[in-house]
Amino acid sequence: MANAISANAAFFNQLKKYYTLYTGGFIAFVIALAIFEQMGMSSQMLGYIFLAATIGLYAGIGVMSKTADVSEYYVAGRRVPAFFNGMATGADWMSAASFIGMAGTLYAAGYDGLAFVMGWTGGYVLVALFLAPYLRKFGQFTIPDFLGARYGGHLPRTIGVIAAIICSFTYVIAQIYGVGLITSRFTGLEFEIGVYVGLAGILVCSFLGGMRAVTWTQVAQYIILIIAYMIPVVWLSVNITGNPIPQVAYGQALQKVTAKEKELNDPTSVLGTAEMSVRAIHKEKAKEWGDKIKTLDDAVKAGNGAAFHAEQKGKVEQKLADLKAAPTPDAKAIVAAEKELKDFPANIDKLKAKWSGAEKGAKAKSGAIAAHAQPFSGKGAEKKLMKESADKGETPTPEAVAKAKAEDKKASDDKRNNFIALVLCLMVGTASLPHILMRYYTTPSVRDARKSVFWSLFFIFLLYFTAPALAVLAKYTVYHDLVGSSFSALPAWVQNWQAVDSTLMKIVDMNKDGLIQLAEITIGTDLIVLATPEIAGLPYVIAGLVAAGGLAAALSTAYGLLLTIAKALSHDVYYKMIDPHASTVRRLTVSKMLLLVVAILAAYVTSLKPGDILFLVGAAFSLAASAFFPALVLGVFWKRANYLGAVIGMLAGLGMCMYYMFMTYDFFGGVAANEWFAIKPISAGIFGLPAGFLGVIIGSLISKAPSQEITDLVDHVRYPNLESDINTNAA
Amino acid sequence: MQLTDKHREYWSKNLRLTSVLLAIWFVVTFVVIWYARDLNEFTLAGFPFAFYMGAQGSLIIYVAVIWYYARRMNQLDQEYGVHEGDD
Repeated sequence: MANAISANAAFFNQLKKYYTLYTGGFIAFVIALAIFEQMGMSSQMLGYIFLAATIGLYAGIGVMSKTADVSEYYVAGRRVPAFFNGMATGADWMSAASFIGMAGTLYAAGYDGLAFVMGWTGGYVLVALFLAPYLRKFGQFTIPDFLGARYGGHLPRTIGVIAAIICSFTYVIAQIYGVGLITSRFTGLEFEIGVYVGLAGILVCSFLGGMRAVTWTQVAQYIILIIAYMIPVVWLSVNITGNPIPQVAYGQALQKVTAKEKELNDPTSVLGTAEMSVRAIHKEKAKEWGDKIKTLDDAVKAGNGAAFHAEQKGKVEQKLADLKAAPTPDAKAIVAAEKELKDFPANIDKLKAKWSGAEKGAKAKSGAIAAHAQPFSGKGAEKKLMKESADKGETPTPEAVAKAKAEDKKASDDKRNNFIALVLCLMVGTASLPHILMRYYTTPSVRDARKSVFWSLFFIFLLYFTAPALAVLAKYTVYHDLVGSSFSALPAWVQNWQAVDSTLMKIVDMNKDGLIQLAEITIGTDLIVLATPEIAGLPYVIAGLVAAGGLAAALSTAYGLLLTIAKALSHDVYYKMIDPHASTVRRLTVSKMLLLVVAILAAYVTSLKPGDILFLVGAAFSLAASAFFPALVLGVFWKRANYLGAVIGMLAGLGMCMYYMFMTYDFFGGVAANEWFAIKPISAGIFGLPAGFLGVIIGSLISKAPSQEITDLVDHVRYPNLESDINTNAA
Repeated sequence: MQLTDKHREYWSKNLRLTSVLLAIWFVVTFVVIWYARDLNEFTLAGFPFAFYMGAQGSLIIYVAVIWYYARRMNQLDQEYGVHEGDD
């Protein structure tokens, strides 16, 4: 044992040396590129170099870590020190959505967006208290392994495999989508090609070395992504507040933002008056869209939806033809019309969704803005009533005021309840996603597993507690540098991003006063992180660095997920159920082939651009929470839980969760009217979770208690070390 | 496998620690959210309180909770002789 410990310490020091060198080397590389940029290298070239260098680096680590040992391939030989396992988990955990989308979501939603910040960090408390140490003591390869051993029989394991595949696959599609998006944006390649470039990057790393390669690559990726996230925010913070610690400094920026919000909502101020005029225009537009949607609905009701769709598409085709036939063709307008035609919704449902989105957007901009730090703002019924009455010169009746107040309170309470439900689903989902839990199989001991959860959350926390600061600093910039300034003097970053992608940044002078109003600005959620380097006035090389960080975040999460699916199929299905006598070589070959097949399948599905990626990600959390959490936790903390309980509990959880989604989510043909307590389908886990717990408890109590062997197994996982202990470590 | 009283004591101490930490987690998450609208009336270092908790305060507490759990449990392992190896 003493030998093992000193070997572990030596290994740790060696790793520390390598990664310190690596970090230094990476910084030197960025500085070198910055010098090349000053010497005149084009930004597209910089984008290519960043892409090639980082993917090459990951491939290098992947090839160096190739292995033919099952334990190395599945759990990195169980000698990953707590600190490095924490970093790897951090990269595994933080997806493209966290890296690129989070700050933007907070920018748009203010307090109400914090559900993601709390949900995606607080879940680790559950991992630490209920799962990580016990799973490590159990020490096999997969989460279905635990279900299989604890509950016996093939059925619990099989349900576990199916649930693991469903949640990991929906999640991996979102990651590959992110890879495609980043690659195409920074190199100018087509999205579909970007997807396959990303796929190649994923495969070279994980194919040969499995978990071992993935772990060491993820550590490298974490270092890149955290550097890439921090540099622009720190710089922006220095620019705005003079303080290099954004997490502290943004308090004063928030106060100024709040003061500005009040001014913009105040019709007696100069800025407020201008806002009102733009809001009125948005109100008109919302009404126009509403009318258009009505004609669409009428057409569908009359049974000629397809004809209506063709007619609308025909209008765009006609416009394009007219533009081309004009005596002096307007090249810019033609390109725009061609794009419009290319992106035209494929069918009547998608057309309606697009129009509804436009109506919703216009409606949102026609109202007063909510204060950034204000939780669960109501729908403004009371304010509206007061204003309408004042316009007519009357005082509203007390009943009308009470009714409006009640409406506001209900809207606000619904938001609060949904916030709580979402936080709970994200937290429990975090503690149930197999690709995260299996990381705690890779530490040398139970002790290290506990420490490792701490390091995991610490490294995740660094990014998540910076995101709210970035959102406020960006808002400060927009409110102070953009709003009220002249259209003739747009900052360079606004012009650049408007040219790159109008869904990310768009400013139109709607009331033709030559000045920018807040309601005239459209900002996509991804813009905040992507544009921060330019807003802060940093050179392009930092923008390239941010793209490399986003790519690292997406790739690292994709590795973990693909490996989880391949492991579930090759280990749980093939080895444990189909051919338990398979040789090591055969098991690894099967695993590698499956990894390849699953990866290609995932890339193919992604290239079809399936709808609503964000919902899919949220759904993965709800599904994982409902299916796994009750059976896993009760498996450790309640000895009486048995086979029948696990089967009923997992099926009930999964079933309830899916049922609720099908009933309420329009993608599956559900309607919002079916919602219980006005809870949104993304938080379906709030119903699946109790169903799962009840299922396990009832199922266990109506059948006989588990055998002595099983209770011994439970004692075995509860104590890090027992005399005459059994050994369940799989090699 | 025969468990001694000492083992049972270890497990009940673990359960107690787990419940206390879980209660802290519950309060800084759900209780704060439930009363967020009222709590925002208070300010902490210039931030509205509930906003600060959601953006940073609760996160810091989560990290601290996990740190304490790891430290305390690793100590308990030693005290009750159920630790692995002797580092």
